Amino acid sequence: MAEATANGLGQHHLNTGHALEAAAAGVAPAEVHQEHPIKLYLVVWAWLFVLSACSYMVDYFGLHGYLRWSLILIFMMLKAGLIVAVFMHMAWERLALAYAIILPPILVLVFVAMMVLEADYTLLTRVTFFGAGH
Amino acid sequence: MAETTLTHIGQTEPRPAGWQGIAADWSSDQRAFKNVSWGKAMMWIFLLSDTFIFGCFLLSYMTARMSTRVPWPNPSEVFALHIGGSNVPLILIAIMTFVLISSSGTMAMAVNFGYRRDRRKTAILMLLTALLGATFVGMQAFEWTKLITEGVRPWGNPWGAAQFGSTFFMITGFHGTHVTIGVIFLIIVARKVWRGDYDTGRPGFFTSRKGHYESVEIMGLYWHFVDLVWVFIFAFFYLW
Repeated sequence: MAEATANGLGQHHLNTGHALEAAAAGVAPAEVHQEHPIKLYLVVWAWLFVLSACSYMVDYFGLHGYLRWSLILIFMMLKAGLIVAVFMHMAWERLALAYAIILPPILVLVFVAMMVLEADYTLLTRVTFFGAGH
Repeated sequence: MAETTLTHIGQTEPRPAGWQGIAADWSSDQRAFKNVSWGKAMMWIFLLSDTFIFGCFLLSYMTARMSTRVPWPNPSEVFALHIGGSNVPLILIAIMTFVLISSSGTMAMAVNFGYRRDRRKTAILMLLTALLGATFVGMQAFEWTKLITEGVRPWGNPWGAAQFGSTFFMITGFHGTHVTIGVIFLIIVARKVWRGDYDTGRPGFFTSRKGHYESVEIMGLYWHFVDLVWVFIFAFFYLW
């Protein structure tokens, strides 16, 4: 059990009471409950607020072009990472689960690339046949 | 760890045949996620499939927006509210974002207190989460009403590309449905916690199985996912 959570930041292992209870309830005792200090959640919560405020400011100050898009993506990825890693406890799960869940969505990027090409082509044909719009 | 990996190679019991055999072979002794219960693993796999659903929605939105000749309506102006004599851009969406993030925070605390066997705090925090979720859905209903009265329809709107309406109603509608379902389940699980079902081992109304405090964490996974999806919708639909 220990090696499963060796990188646990402040993680409490099952104590005897928990283990007995888990055994009585028919749960494999190898299952580890995710218990972390409250402070960790409060810190992450505060960061999510700050990052949300930052991404709102991007729009409030009317930033444009690549600066706007890159800032939006950076704040988005930071927020998503914090939620998945800490709130959803992915940081303390074994890699088998983390890879099984996190790798497949990354492959969606291939789909994105395909649809970018497709959309560009559709726009090209529309402009060619219907003109440049209003 | 050993008990989860040993599969008794030299077993003498004959394996069942027919349909029972299929079920037994697929369900027994196989375990990829060593220290995660089946409930949690299945919630993660469900969330993965849901990721693809929302991924496809956002992809189709991207494709529509990239391929139209007509200018896309400026979300900053479309979602502005008239407050105190001036238009504040995107303010309602920003408030909705903060409401949802707050609900994620209270949910994380509820999970924590659940494992500490603090029934009262767990239930209160879950109900607070549900309340914030309901607030979010209410604000979304307000937003929809505002846009519909301004003439936004799935087939057109006064400001530009017609696909704006269809993608908007589709994406936010699906997300709002997820939040609504989450609120309902939060209330159900909060009631179970409050009543002490997970301490007394009372069988569930649907599965007749004993619940555990892990149900709170699994509920939390779903709720955080709803927040996670909003992070992407906020970035790609409202801010882009």
